[in-house]
Amino acid sequence: MATTDHGVTSPGRAHIEARTLREDRWWLAPLTTFVVFSAFVVYATVRAFMGRDYYASPYLSPFYSPCLGDCVEGASDFGQPFSWWPLSAALIILIFPLGFRMTCYYYRKSYYRAFWLSPPACGVAEPHSAYSGETKFPLILQNVHRYFWYAAVVVGLILTYDVFLAFRPMPAEYAVGDGETSGVHMGLGTLLMIANVVFIWLYTLSCHSCRHVVGGRLRHFSKHPVRYKLWTWVSKLNGSHGRWAWYSLFSVALVDLYVFLLATGTIQDLRFF
Amino acid sequence: MSYTLKLRIWRGDKDGGAVEDFPVEVSEGEVVLDAIHRVQATQAGDLAVRWNCKAGKCGSCSAEVNGRPRLMCMCRLSDFEEDEVITVTPMRSFPVIRDLVTDVSFNYEKAKELPSFSPPPRDADGKRRMAQVDVERGQEFRKCIECFLCQNVCHVVRDHEDNKKAFAGPRFFLRYAELDMHPLDTHDRRELAQGAAGLGMCNITKCCTEVCPEGIHITDNAIIPMKERVVDKKFDPLVWLGNKIGIRNKDNDGRTEV
Repeated sequence: MATTDHGVTSPGRAHIEARTLREDRWWLAPLTTFVVFSAFVVYATVRAFMGRDYYASPYLSPFYSPCLGDCVEGASDFGQPFSWWPLSAALIILIFPLGFRMTCYYYRKSYYRAFWLSPPACGVAEPHSAYSGETKFPLILQNVHRYFWYAAVVVGLILTYDVFLAFRPMPAEYAVGDGETSGVHMGLGTLLMIANVVFIWLYTLSCHSCRHVVGGRLRHFSKHPVRYKLWTWVSKLNGSHGRWAWYSLFSVALVDLYVFLLATGTIQDLRFF
Repeated sequence: MSYTLKLRIWRGDKDGGAVEDFPVEVSEGEVVLDAIHRVQATQAGDLAVRWNCKAGKCGSCSAEVNGRPRLMCMCRLSDFEEDEVITVTPMRSFPVIRDLVTDVSFNYEKAKELPSFSPPPRDADGKRRMAQVDVERGQEFRKCIECFLCQNVCHVVRDHEDNKKAFAGPRFFLRYAELDMHPLDTHDRRELAQGAAGLGMCNITKCCTEVCPEGIHITDNAIIPMKERVVDKKFDPLVWLGNKIGIRNKDNDGRTEV
């Protein structure tokens, strides 16, 4: 009898050779995650390293916000303290949203399943012979998630500020028709940025660390009624944390793509007023 | 309306075994455990199966149906096509005793390692008091029927037998969380949860939550909150500093580490 000293074929367990007896399409979810996440990583990497076509007044790509390096005119609303930075300005700030998502409890579940196959699906044996979870370097660093959450709140505020800036009048070269008019502006880009920032906030505020910080860490809800109320609100959002993770992933890429297409002159902004 | 179910059952013991065919007559509204009982009554009188309440409340009839950990009494045949083959095996994380019966004593050993609830002295009138909102918080965790499907599906021990000595498993992380959130408990179990119970081994892939027949949000409401509490204790320098200079709230005062 072929048995190993680990896993479902260990001695003493029911002798079944198959890694799994599941007959449903258990591979579909991890495969989808793998394809979509990989596509996003490739796209985001290319865009982050491009260092151009990230600003089409008044829209700034979320990958480059805040633009703290040697950025194009109009893109730096918080100054250029890293103007000496020789590479793309996106690389200065992307560590924060990237770190937030990499250490996120939902993303961890997703990429452990889809990329590391640990496990690929429930009841499907993983291919690794040894496993130490998140007890050793580097995975023990997942415990810094709350610090990335603090940073994510700041990023969320900045992206919200960008949405207000997206209502600015546009310069003539991007304007539709007879050129720029006075007063506020709203275009499809503004709408996309609003949708993006809503999803970003839903994702940020539904975070498990946020839930812990606002009230989850308490042992006496009864002594902290305000924090308890906040905890119940965050708990409601938290139930859909995975959904907000996906929606915000798509929305942030879509806004960047839209800005890229505007900046390269491929399309013109659809103006509402 | 009845039909012949293409049922396959793993039969054997620790020395070996195999899946065998047991075509059996079943009726509308029946569950997998009904079919198993009919096989036992009509074809294989010595078929070993553990069961009790047939109502999803005793947690006895845990097994794997087409590779998915399920309570056989809660697994409706109407969820499958009539011509579909249904394969029933024992839980694959625990030593098999015979046929569908496994030795789940691993879980009882882990339960022994978990320090029990330790309340403070009673109030002057001989009572202990908790606010209703604090009572309600732990109710979800008390729905656990100890079917051990979460323990069975957890890849940390399912795929790595050698991890069993260092890993308590989701059912007991649930208990750690319940006690850690309990306003009257005087033990601080955070170091123990991370150390001896192996909370850090969990990579929160949520299979425990997926298979829980009671619908307990094991990962979101117990394991992740417990991980965050461990971070408070072990990995967060700001919390440490806040405690040192006394600006954190005193919610954890009065607890002693175990």
